[in-house]
Amino acid sequence: MKQKNNLIPALTGIILLLVFVILLENISSLIPNLPQVFQPTSPLFTVLKKAAVYSLVAVSMNLLNGFTGLFSLGQAGFMLLGAYTYAILTVPSDMKDQVYYLFGGCAFDFSLVDFFRSIFGAGGFGGAVALVLACLTALILAGCVAGLFAYLIGFPVLRLKSDYLAIATLGFAEILRAIFQWQKLGPITNGANMIKGFPTFSDFNITDSSGNVILRLSTFVPFLLTTICIVLIVCLINSSYGRAFKSIRDDEIASEAMGIGLFKHKTMSFVISSFFAGVGGGMFAMYVANAQAKAFTSTMTYEILLIVVIGGIGSVSGSIIATFLYVACSEWWLRFLDSEMYIGGFKVPLLRNGFRMVVFSVVIMVIVLFFSQGIMGDRELDLKAITGYLTGKKRAKAKEKVPAGKEGDK
Amino acid sequence: MSEEILQIRDLEISYGGIDAVRGISFNVNAGEIVTLIGANGAGKSSTLRAVSGLIKPKAGTVTFCGEDITGKDPNAIVSKGLMMVPEGRRIFPNLTVLENLKIGAYLRDDDLEQDIEMVYGYFPRLKERSWQEGGTLSGGEQQMLAVGRALMGRPKLLMMDEPSLGLAPIVVQGIFEIINRIHEAGTTVLLIEQNANMALHVADRAYVLENGKIAAEGTGRELLADEKVKAAYLGT
Repeated sequence: MKQKNNLIPALTGIILLLVFVILLENISSLIPNLPQVFQPTSPLFTVLKKAAVYSLVAVSMNLLNGFTGLFSLGQAGFMLLGAYTYAILTVPSDMKDQVYYLFGGCAFDFSLVDFFRSIFGAGGFGGAVALVLACLTALILAGCVAGLFAYLIGFPVLRLKSDYLAIATLGFAEILRAIFQWQKLGPITNGANMIKGFPTFSDFNITDSSGNVILRLSTFVPFLLTTICIVLIVCLINSSYGRAFKSIRDDEIASEAMGIGLFKHKTMSFVISSFFAGVGGGMFAMYVANAQAKAFTSTMTYEILLIVVIGGIGSVSGSIIATFLYVACSEWWLRFLDSEMYIGGFKVPLLRNGFRMVVFSVVIMVIVLFFSQGIMGDRELDLKAITGYLTGKKRAKAKEKVPAGKEGDK
Repeated sequence: MSEEILQIRDLEISYGGIDAVRGISFNVNAGEIVTLIGANGAGKSSTLRAVSGLIKPKAGTVTFCGEDITGKDPNAIVSKGLMMVPEGRRIFPNLTVLENLKIGAYLRDDDLEQDIEMVYGYFPRLKERSWQEGGTLSGGEQQMLAVGRALMGRPKLLMMDEPSLGLAPIVVQGIFEIINRIHEAGTTVLLIEQNANMALHVADRAYVLENGKIAAEGTGRELLADEKVKAAYLGT
């Protein structure tokens, strides 16, 4: 009943958001002389792209850690698998010699981009269709590879509990990182060097024949992909499988007594979470325009874990909000702290390279102290909650009527 | 009426060399309320867990509706129509009352509305609180939720592990009335209790467990009159 009430506002919200992103991205070419923030080179768009990618990974981690109660730290490993799968599958053949020059070319003689171009043609509309299909196929395969690995390591690892599971998955991610940097695998993974030359988000900008951008879609595309994936995850969470995941989180023995196969459902959650982490990894490669094992360190997992904790364990909207705040703070809003600043003749103390991270850590500590459940706790953001917050008095009255206090939930 | 729905033969359970249950045999007939009573550590809960598949017995057989279910996985056993109300209620604290109920019917994919209404019929209090999280309910309400959740699985045999644990006497009374109503509606009940007085009053037949063995058996009324049982469990 409740879901139906929420469906229409949710869909409208999503469409409005996507339209807003397109407008924001193209506003500088519609209205001249806007401030620097709205220019395509502005950090705003870097932040939006990165946050779109990270929010997918954060939500996928939340599915596992927050909704199924499996404390896994393998997210960066699955992202790495996704990034490499995406990169290896989409580097066009004519780029391969250049990318793999240290190893005398690539051992993997196939490219989805070339494959779809041979069907739809390389230029014009056909080229666009080929690009979209190649990227989509590669991203789905990236997710599948990550999911397959999750399935395989799930057998031994998912029998472990809490801390032990975290250690095992963390170790798995580190092993993967080492393997992908192994020189012997160079003809496929390009060793410790980066793979590049594959389609990135900026390839989705629509240009005219002379190469001028007509319509920018480089921020819209990650938003669209992430939105689709998160909607899928939310549907899963609201299904009976999602309920089973939550019951496992709450009480393993009781859910077993209700006939829920623990191992089967844990594996399912782990594989699905890793699938989306893999897709997120592929998108991360698109965002940074290269794939390199060095980037997928445990620090990356901790970053995402931090986002999940700040946003609220067990809240999808919390994870999304926290991602945007986190990425904006670390990439943009606090940047000024890194450069020396003079007010008149006076040099502001403390400001120097690296100071940003000090302030950032303090901000995080403050958030954790004052929002011990994260920004959202395990609640979700929805229209009723927002209107309720804006009209505080009505909310208080509503609470008196419904002492349950759950009236705003999905 | 006297068709055997659950049959247990020479069941032995041990935890790392310590024997909890040493070869017990009993049976539950369709339409009965059977109770196992006994002190702490007598092996009541272990027996129940072995029947529901949560632990594997060391020896012996468990037969449910003519089918050997010894050592099978819990979900296989639940899908045959054997539901359990676990000891200490164990409802899902962060799920709403309604979600808790739906989990009880997890292995069925047909229409749940009717069963939800049936449970709300037994426990009107749960209907009032259907959007509330399980963890915010009182102890008695949680016990109602645990029973309701098990009923959602449309059990042929409902097993309850100490439903009176930690509840006020008046609440216990209410729970036992509900057990009677569930039984009258046609569900067979296997009840495990320390509150021997209440249990023997509702039970058709009862078994007394002592140190992992059956020490006495009989109808509820017979055992209520039994001098040894009186002295040991009824405190009179």
